[in-house]
Amino acid sequence: MSINWFKYSSPATFYPLAGKLVPWFAWLTAILTLAGLYWGFFQTPDVLSEQKEYYRIIFIHVPAAWMSMWLYFVLVCWALAGLVFNTRLSYMMAAAIAPTGAIATFIALWTGAFWGKTSWGTWWDWDPRMTSELILLFLYVGYMALQSAIDDPRRADRASALLAIVGLVCVPVIFWSVNCPDPTQCAALHQRSGTGKMESNILIAMLVMVFAFWMYAFAVILMRVRNIILERERHATWVNELLETEK
Amino acid sequence: MTVSEFFHAGGYGFYLWGSFGMTLLLMAGEVIAVKNQRRTILKRLRRMMRLNAAEVDE
Repeated sequence: MSINWFKYSSPATFYPLAGKLVPWFAWLTAILTLAGLYWGFFQTPDVLSEQKEYYRIIFIHVPAAWMSMWLYFVLVCWALAGLVFNTRLSYMMAAAIAPTGAIATFIALWTGAFWGKTSWGTWWDWDPRMTSELILLFLYVGYMALQSAIDDPRRADRASALLAIVGLVCVPVIFWSVNCPDPTQCAALHQRSGTGKMESNILIAMLVMVFAFWMYAFAVILMRVRNIILERERHATWVNELLETEK
Repeated sequence: MTVSEFFHAGGYGFYLWGSFGMTLLLMAGEVIAVKNQRRTILKRLRRMMRLNAAEVDE
């Protein structure tokens, strides 16, 4: 059986599909968050050898940091698809991802600062991983600013897509400054993201929270892309028909 | 473990709940903002539609 994927690249068919998917992702977010936090708070030791109870910040810090990079990558993929296939929906998806990505980046920085204050005694340090994560935040904000600064939506899409693609160089920089290939050359501030040494219950809770964050991102991005579709396709007949029926 | 012990988190409550609190605030805020945006768009588009219909009637 072959599925015609391009069928869903039309905003008119994607809009109702997205609407059907949102509640599923919302429920999955709720279930996974409850499960992950229950496991993270009640099935894990309170005190690890060096790190005390604040280590539970990783249940949101790691998922947020991970999402901040992945969402940027996905945003760039949609932007590229937009430039190559010239499909409107691709640009709309890219635009819908940016605010969620920016929020994930901010959460990663914020929770990282709280972690840093307890374990290293400083809220902020101009260390490569923090600086590059901050640059990622500026990239998201810059992408959104550029998009809203250009009146013609098609030009805005193309210009901001280019900015996003150029900014992609930032993602591997963050990744390798966190997962330093040669530890002797990096400050030992941040733990590598290896899973080997982690206590298994902590690892389980963290991975469940990663999935929870993903489901949240899917839900909120699909909700936002529906708004963008309505806004941009407002002259289409199907939107006018929908306005009469839908609440 | 009592409730107050839980929130005290061995003296790290400020850092732990400062992190979780901000995350909850931003995510809940994002969902509310997107829902509000939808209401605003629908309202504006419906008004535009009524205005257009009125023009056609004249």
